[in-house]
Amino acid sequence: MNVKACLCVLLILLPPALRAQGYADLGGPAEGYAIPQSGYQFEFPRDHGPHPEFRIEWWYLTANLTGEDRRDYGIQWTLFRSALKPTETEGWQSPQLWLGHAAVTTPETHYFAERLSRGGIGQAGVSAEPFEAWIDEWSMRGPDPSALTLTASGPEFAYNLSLNAQGPIVFHGDAGYSVKSADGQASYYYSQPFYTVEGVLQLPDGDVKVTGQGWLDREWSSQPLAEDQSGWDWFSLSFDDGDKLMAFRLRGGRGDFTAATWITPDGTASPLPDGSATFIPLDTERVAGRDVPVHWRVTLPDRDLDVEVSAITPNAWMATRFEYWEGPVKVTGSHTGRGYLEMTGY
Amino acid sequence: MNRAIIQALLSHWLRHRLQLVTLLIGIALATGLWSAVQAINAEARASYQRASDQLALGLFDELRDSSGPISIERYVVLRRAGWQVAAVLDGPMRVVGNTVQVMGVDMVAYPPLPAVTQIEQSETPPDPAAMLTAPGRLIAAPELVPILQGQDGLPPVLSSNALPPDLILTDIGVAETLLDKPGQISRLIVLPTQPRGVPLLSDIAPELELVKATDQLDTSQLTDSFHLNLTAFGLLSFAVGLFIVHGTVGLAFAQRRAMIRTLRALGVSMRRLVWIVTIELAVLALIGGVLGLVLGFLLAGVLLPDVAATLRGLYGAPVDGQLSLQPQWILAGLAMALGGTLLASGHALVRLSRMPLLSGAGLQAWRGSGKGQRSSGFVGTALIAGGLVIGFVFEGLVAGFAMVGGILTGAALVLPYLLSLALSVFQSRSQGPVAQWIWADMRAQLPGLSLALMALLLALAANIGVGTMVSSFRLTFVGWLDQRLTSELYVTATDNQQGLQVAQWLKPQVDAVLPIRSVELSHETGPLFLYGIVDHQTYRDHWPLITSSNGVWDQVLAGEAVLINEQLARRSTLWPGDNVTLSPGHILPIAGVYSDYGNPTGQAIVSMSQLDQIAPGADTRRFGIRIAPERATEMAQALRDQFGLPRQSVVQQAAMKAQSLAIFDKTFVVTSALNVLTLGVAGFAILTSLLTLWTQRLPQIAPVWALGLTRAQLARLELLRSVLLAALTATLALPLGMVLAWALLAVINVQAFGWRLPMFLFPADWAYLFLLTLLAAFVAAALPALRLLRLPPADLLRVFANER
Amino acid sequence: MLLNIERVQKSYPGGRPVLRDVSLTLDQGQTLALTGESGSGKSTLLNLAAALDGFDGGEITLDGTALSGLDDRGRAALRRQSVSLVFQQFNLIPSLTVAQNLSFHARLANREETEWTTQLAERLGLSDLLTRYPENLSGGQQQRVAIGRAIAPRPKLLLADEPTGNLDETASATVLDLMLSLVSDTGAALLLVTHSQDIAARLDRQAHLAGGHIT
Repeated sequence: MNVKACLCVLLILLPPALRAQGYADLGGPAEGYAIPQSGYQFEFPRDHGPHPEFRIEWWYLTANLTGEDRRDYGIQWTLFRSALKPTETEGWQSPQLWLGHAAVTTPETHYFAERLSRGGIGQAGVSAEPFEAWIDEWSMRGPDPSALTLTASGPEFAYNLSLNAQGPIVFHGDAGYSVKSADGQASYYYSQPFYTVEGVLQLPDGDVKVTGQGWLDREWSSQPLAEDQSGWDWFSLSFDDGDKLMAFRLRGGRGDFTAATWITPDGTASPLPDGSATFIPLDTERVAGRDVPVHWRVTLPDRDLDVEVSAITPNAWMATRFEYWEGPVKVTGSHTGRGYLEMTGY
Repeated sequence: MNRAIIQALLSHWLRHRLQLVTLLIGIALATGLWSAVQAINAEARASYQRASDQLALGLFDELRDSSGPISIERYVVLRRAGWQVAAVLDGPMRVVGNTVQVMGVDMVAYPPLPAVTQIEQSETPPDPAAMLTAPGRLIAAPELVPILQGQDGLPPVLSSNALPPDLILTDIGVAETLLDKPGQISRLIVLPTQPRGVPLLSDIAPELELVKATDQLDTSQLTDSFHLNLTAFGLLSFAVGLFIVHGTVGLAFAQRRAMIRTLRALGVSMRRLVWIVTIELAVLALIGGVLGLVLGFLLAGVLLPDVAATLRGLYGAPVDGQLSLQPQWILAGLAMALGGTLLASGHALVRLSRMPLLSGAGLQAWRGSGKGQRSSGFVGTALIAGGLVIGFVFEGLVAGFAMVGGILTGAALVLPYLLSLALSVFQSRSQGPVAQWIWADMRAQLPGLSLALMALLLALAANIGVGTMVSSFRLTFVGWLDQRLTSELYVTATDNQQGLQVAQWLKPQVDAVLPIRSVELSHETGPLFLYGIVDHQTYRDHWPLITSSNGVWDQVLAGEAVLINEQLARRSTLWPGDNVTLSPGHILPIAGVYSDYGNPTGQAIVSMSQLDQIAPGADTRRFGIRIAPERATEMAQALRDQFGLPRQSVVQQAAMKAQSLAIFDKTFVVTSALNVLTLGVAGFAILTSLLTLWTQRLPQIAPVWALGLTRAQLARLELLRSVLLAALTATLALPLGMVLAWALLAVINVQAFGWRLPMFLFPADWAYLFLLTLLAAFVAAALPALRLLRLPPADLLRVFANER
Repeated sequence: MLLNIERVQKSYPGGRPVLRDVSLTLDQGQTLALTGESGSGKSTLLNLAAALDGFDGGEITLDGTALSGLDDRGRAALRRQSVSLVFQQFNLIPSLTVAQNLSFHARLANREETEWTTQLAERLGLSDLLTRYPENLSGGQQQRVAIGRAIAPRPKLLLADEPTGNLDETASATVLDLMLSLVSDTGAALLLVTHSQDIAARLDRQAHLAGGHIT
């Protein structure tokens, strides 16, 4: 998922005038930071924990849920790490910043909250074993990522969910080395897309018991964007027949860069190269003063896939320090199912 | 018709230009002094407000720990329970002899402050990494930047004009290094948005106390007393100025009676006349008011830097030394000029409106009967009594000022009666015919002069009272400095480790090394600084105890008792025998109370071991060094060389005393300036009164002249009369000034500053003031006397003329 | 000769001549009435004789002292010691009591005789009024105080300017009688300015002033 996080976190403290420079920096050399290398041997549980020598990293969980009232819901729980320097120190002067985003999307409304902290004092962080990612009172914890408890709250919502993985961890790209541009910018990227979820959403109108499916993305890197890239559209889809698809498009001045991973129910992951998937916006919605494409046609000829992806809640706008659209979607066409869509740069 | 009337009325001013100038000066002085004080107050208050806005003070609820700083662990516990709080660490720091306030906020969590936004939007915004990680960045007001930049060992400084002077804003991670308070948090602000289901504070952090934004002690409350003080001075000046206006307007009306009678005979209605005269006065008031505003603005500009220094020094209140012109100030000043002039002219206007068309003699003295004097004497006595009752029955600064106000006003009202009494005593004892006439004549003139004399009385009493207060304070302060600053040298090491090295290095070379260690605790009355001391004869011999129980030092040094400063004692009415709670679980009996001037906060002293129990981890960086005085300079240099300490880290006693006294003197510059101005205005009031009476003097002087006194003799007698009346008034002002001084020292100071001062008497100052008063009266009477001397006999003869 | 006025000239400020060439003499114990129209200069002449004002030409000799040679101080001494004045407006000192007013001039001249003052007060019918202030007296009473004040130092010359001008007929007669009898008792000379022929007739001599000359 996502290049977005790097922008989010790094630009939090920067004024608008400097954002351009921020992009440029990301495209530039990662001074002092580690760079993802192809052929990296993942090691768990170590790699569930943070990698402070890399500039950016995230633990990104989304879930499509159905309430006991038969309505569709979606939740997001994200913890971003952004390093001001490739080190970690104790105390306030830690250069590691942490940013949390949480959201609940109902068919009508999108609730969200944001948290910001620095490392070094214990207010936010991630430990690999036992696994816990936390910021303030939000946490995602378990003995390891295969069984998690997830909590978050904001002024209008809270949730408490338990997640159980029904399949293995899946690596994107070349065994977890995921290329993000024609120039070779890359990140380490793996997912756990097989969670079953159950729990309770606390909403202004009352509590709702929910069940559904969840998807965790883990990614870290130091310079994932090419200079000309301005935004992205990212899809994580779960089809009713058990197959899953991760696909994204990075929009750039020199043309788009796409990538995708097809995941079978047993966890076999097949990376699909740049240009395999096509993404066509069909319809836009006026959200937060912008035209956001909330209705797409996605095709993947290799897998005979030709589907329409439409937002359940078109106004799922994250009006956080760095604004973007993130919400549950419904899939129809050659395959049916549901999933999550994220769009930035609109 | 109106034009003709106005022309007639205005012709008077053209013929009596001095009178016009006097009137305008009177209005301008009254308005000017008042407006100056208002401008100073408004500017100071605006500064507090600006500072509050700039630092988001008083906007959010806060969490505080009354026993001391909050730990980072506690902060994380709160955060992990959902409490959205932001950490702040603040404290004072010495920079080149100035104390600046460091405010370290968690830049990541704290709501955006104007200064931070300004920095981010500047041409060259700093990298977030530079702000948040070592060495960090300091943000300060432009005037502070060069001072900070000249200092070694400080992080780079960024300039923002959205900060009060004397404040450094920085990230909390930088502040803890700067203030040497690692891991400490002074307070947590509660952010406006909180998530659902946050647990109760009492369940997760019972030691923390929620302070509502509205309950936070703000600077303006703290400094209210100071501003009230200035306002009282401003009002006094205003009142004195109005005496001048009253005198001049009375004279102008008296002189225009004939004209007004003629106008009425010519068919102008009294109603119309009163209206026109009122408008005339209003126009004059506005002209005088504008002059006064210019005067006030200039005066305020001159005085403000000292006021700012005072407020910063005494209360740590941030005040710019810059004055800005505010429209409401101009309007208020003009309104005061207008209102004051009409008030002062009311008497004359009423008399005008009641003047019969065919009245008798043209000029009449204000013939105040003895009855009038007695009734004003009664009112005055009642006011004095009322003031005393208020002063003794009610608490608080306002009651204190009400008492002083009652006594002063009452005394002013009693003055004519007392003077008349004194004069009749002198008269009955006098022998020669001239002497007898002089006394009788002075009595006869008293009603016309009494307002000016009241003004003089008030000015003199204020002078004596405030002068005595300031001088007593200074004397006490000097004595206290001698007691308090007993060590010959004071050294501050850069950190605890160096502190230990310094102490070890010094020990064999000097008489004693006395560690100065303190921690900041929180008491219900505000911050409380707890100091630890070691057992040394220095304390037993010199420490300025106001009151103590038996064996005070043994008790304290055994860790069984505590000493507190006077401020704390008075604020929380704790005295020897009472117990004070230093922190939860540490309650100690009070063995003594010591005086502690120039410091707004509470203080307590315990033994060194007790300090470590109550608040472990206090710094050991500062030491007092006892050494033979003649070796102090040499030792100071040796210390600097040995440990590479900057100049200001090793201070000699003499330098410290001089610096303290300089600050003290600056504090009262404003007070004495206003004092002198008020006295000057009172002198001017005497002049105008004498000029007013002048036209009524001839019929009284002419017969005496005819009976064989020369004009030169009469002129000398005029001078003598003025000086004698001033002398009598000054004599009566002395006890009044004493009462005022007592009230200031024993009532108002206690309320405003938290300390009570012993009163000292300064006869030499009084003698000087007395001479100054006589001089003022002499100068004021010089002009009328000179006129008399040069008066052509024909003018005197006119008094005897048959055809009038 | 007690008072010798010789060819005296006096102009008002501005130059209008009042006394063009006036000569007049008065012996010890003599009384003289000076009459004339309003504005004829009677009061001016009286003021000159009293050393209250200076003159432009001629000479006035009073008790052997030439007034033209005197400075302010000398004139004041002469007024104190040799001359007494009674005015139409009484001109008492308002801040002093009747008793203090009565003795005021005598004390200035260092010639106070308590007995004499008491006697004067009795003769003037003021004994019951001694502690009062002038403003509480009738016009006749005030003028009697003024006469007493003038006579108390036993002046050689009494100058009176329309002394009854402000009084009604009865008071007028009383005051005049008292003044004349006191003048004759003390042997003082009297120069009295009046416009009344009846009053003038009661004095030893009369002089009329018109056009700046004695006629």
